Amino acid sequence: MSDRSQRRERKERGASRREFLKTTAVGMGALAGAPGAAKALDFDVETFLQKNFRRMSDEEIEELVGRLSERYSKAYGKTVSVDATGPIDGVVYGYGLDISRCIGCRRCVYACVEENNLSRDPQIHWIRVLEFEREAALRGIDLEDGNPYYDHDQVPAEDKFYLPVACQHCEDSPCTNVCPTGATWQEPDGIVVIDYDWCIGCRYCMAACPYGARHFNWGEPNVPAEEINPDMHLLGNRPRSRGVVEKCSFCIQRVRKGRYPACHEACPVGARKFGNMLDPESEIRYLMKHKRTFVLKSDLNTRPKFFYFYG
Amino acid sequence: MEPLKLFGSFVSGSVREVLSGSRGYYAWIALLVVMIVAGLVAYQNQAVHGLVTSNMRDQVSWGFYIGNLTFLVGVAAAAVVLVIPAYIYNWGPIRELVLIAELLSVAAIVMCILFVTVDVGRPLIIWHLAPVVGTPNFPFSMLIWDILVLNSYFLINYFIVTYLLFMAYTGRKYNAAFIMPVIFLSIPMAIAIHTVTAMLFMGISSRAFWHTAILAPRFLSSAFCSGPALLLLIFQILRRVGKIKIPDLALFKIGELLAYAMAANLFFLGVEVFTEFYGGTAHSIHARFQWFGIHGRADIAVYTWLALACNSLAFLCFVIPAFRNRLPILNVGCVLAVGGVFIEKGMGLLLPGMTPDALGEVYAYNPSLNEILVAVGIWGIGALLFTLMAKVAMAITVGKLRYSAS
Repeated sequence: MSDRSQRRERKERGASRREFLKTTAVGMGALAGAPGAAKALDFDVETFLQKNFRRMSDEEIEELVGRLSERYSKAYGKTVSVDATGPIDGVVYGYGLDISRCIGCRRCVYACVEENNLSRDPQIHWIRVLEFEREAALRGIDLEDGNPYYDHDQVPAEDKFYLPVACQHCEDSPCTNVCPTGATWQEPDGIVVIDYDWCIGCRYCMAACPYGARHFNWGEPNVPAEEINPDMHLLGNRPRSRGVVEKCSFCIQRVRKGRYPACHEACPVGARKFGNMLDPESEIRYLMKHKRTFVLKSDLNTRPKFFYFYG
Repeated sequence: MEPLKLFGSFVSGSVREVLSGSRGYYAWIALLVVMIVAGLVAYQNQAVHGLVTSNMRDQVSWGFYIGNLTFLVGVAAAAVVLVIPAYIYNWGPIRELVLIAELLSVAAIVMCILFVTVDVGRPLIIWHLAPVVGTPNFPFSMLIWDILVLNSYFLINYFIVTYLLFMAYTGRKYNAAFIMPVIFLSIPMAIAIHTVTAMLFMGISSRAFWHTAILAPRFLSSAFCSGPALLLLIFQILRRVGKIKIPDLALFKIGELLAYAMAANLFFLGVEVFTEFYGGTAHSIHARFQWFGIHGRADIAVYTWLALACNSLAFLCFVIPAFRNRLPILNVGCVLAVGGVFIEKGMGLLLPGMTPDALGEVYAYNPSLNEILVAVGIWGIGALLFTLMAKVAMAITVGKLRYSAS
C-alpha cells in the first residue's frame, strides 16, 4: 500500500508541470487554427437563447444533446457523446462511506477529476478529504479541526482519521431552495443537478450549502483535450464554462446506466458504498441497518443521502 | 399633447442645466468620469478573465461587491428617515430636503443593482431571473424577493421625485391626494428593502453568524445611521455650491434622529455580542473570528474594533446636544458613522459569515485591487447620477429652472 501511495504522491507532484506543458500545447494549437479545448466553451447565440432544461420538451433536449455532442467532438478531436438519460423508476440513490476504513489516499478525488472533466488549472475538486487527529474526535467531529491540505509520504498517517466530503444530495437541499433562477434542482432519483447553461453564477447556492460542496469557475476551466472523458451527461460531467457553479452529481452519467460512481470504483479499501435506497435488499440498506450511521450537520435538517458509517 | 410638450421641455431644460456649471462643477464631474473609466477598465479585465480577478474563492464566495450592496441598501433608506418626520409629523424645515434624500435613494439603488450585476458570473444571461422569459424561483429564493423590492423601491422613489420636480417646473402645486399615498407607500418599502436583504442572509441556516433574528433589526438601525449621516454631509455641500436654503435647525434635527438610530444600532450589536460569547457554542467561532481572529488571521478583527470605535464616537457626537448643535462636531460624527457602518455592514457582515467556511477552513479574504477599482467605478456612477439629478432638482427648487411659454 505504502509504495503505491508514494507513487501516487509523486505523480501528483509531477502533474502540475505536465499539465502546464499540455495546456500550452493546446493553447498553441488553438492559435494555429486547430480545434482547441477553449473553443468548446464559447458562449454562442444558441446557448444564449436556450431554455431552462426543465422547460424543454423531449425533442428540444434531443436537439441540444446532438448539438453539444457535435460541438465537443469537434473541439476535442474525438468522438464525444452527450446524453440526457433520465432517472430510473423506483430508484433513489444513497451513498455510504465507512470512515473506519478510509485511509485518506485521495484516489477518489482524482478518479472524480478524471471522470467528471474537472478543471485541472484552476484546480477544482468535488471531493474534499479532511484529516483529523483521532484525539480531537473525542469532542465530536468539529469540522474546524479538519485539514484538507495534508501532505504525507504515506497514508494513513499515525493517529489520524479521514473524512471525505462531497455533495450530500440532501432531501431538503438549501442550495436548490435559494437558487434565484431555478437552475439547480433535485431529480426524482434524488440527485441534485445543475443546468450549467442556465446558472447565472450568483453563488447564492454556495453560501447556502452547509457542506462546501459547490464550486465556482472563477477562471476559465481547463481540461486537456486528450484527458477529456467523452462519455458525458448533460447534467453531469460535460464541460462547464467560466462563471458557473458545479458539484458532484453521483456520476449521473454512470449511475443511470447501472454503473457505480467513479469514486466508488477507485476506493482501494472498499470504504465507499452505493446503491438504491428504495430496494430493501440493496447493500446500502443492509449497511444502514447493521452499521452505526450518521450524517453531517444533522441539526440543519437537510436530510443528506450521504451516510457515514463507523465501528 | 400639452403635458407631453411640457414634459419635453422639462427634459430638455434639465439637460441644459446639467451641461452648464462652475469650474468646480466640471472638475467634480471630471473626477467622477475618471473613477468611472477606472472602473470600466477593471470590469473589462474581469469580463475577459472571469471573477478570478477578484480575491473571492470557493471558501469566501461573496466579498467586497456584496458588502457594498448591503451598505448601499442602507443608504437607500436615507429618504424614509426624513419622510417620516416631514410628512407624518409635518415638520416643516425637513420637508424641502426630502426631495434630495429621495434622489440619494435612487442613486443608491442603481448602485446596488450594479454591484449585484458585477458580482454575477454570467451577467449576459441575467434575464433568467425575469418572469415569463426566465424561470424566477419565486417565492422560495430570497434573491428574487430582494430584486422585487429593490426595483419597486427604485420605481416609487423615481416616480415621486420626477412628479414633484415636474410640477414645480411647471409652476403648479402638486396634487397631495395623488402623491401622498405614494410617499406613504415608500415608507414600508424602505423597511422592506432592508428586511428582505437581511433575510437573504438570515435565511441561510448553515451560516450560523447570519442565521439570527437580530440581523434585520441591525440592518435597519445601521441604515438609519449611514443614510441620514451621508445626507447631512451632502446637504451642507449643496447649500454651499447651490442657492438652496437649508436651515441649520433642520440639520440639528437630523442629528438628533441619528442619536436614536445609533443608540439602537449599538444596543443591537451588544445583544448580538452577548449571545455569541456568553454561550460560546461551536457556532460562535464566526464571532471569535470577527472580534479576535482565529488561526492567527486577525485582519478582520482590526476592522471590527475600528467600526466599533467609529460608531461609539459618532454616538457621542450625536447624543450630546452641545456637540450635535455644532456643525463641525456633527460632521465628524457623520463621517465616523458612515465609515463605521460601511465596515460593519460590508466586510464586517460578509467575512465572519463565511469564515471559517462550511468545512471549517479559514481563508482570509481581502478585496483585490481589481475588485476595488470596479467598486470605485460604481461609486463614480452613483455619485455622477446623484450630482446630475441634484443639480436639476436644486435649479427647479430655487426657481432658476422654470417652464416659460416663450
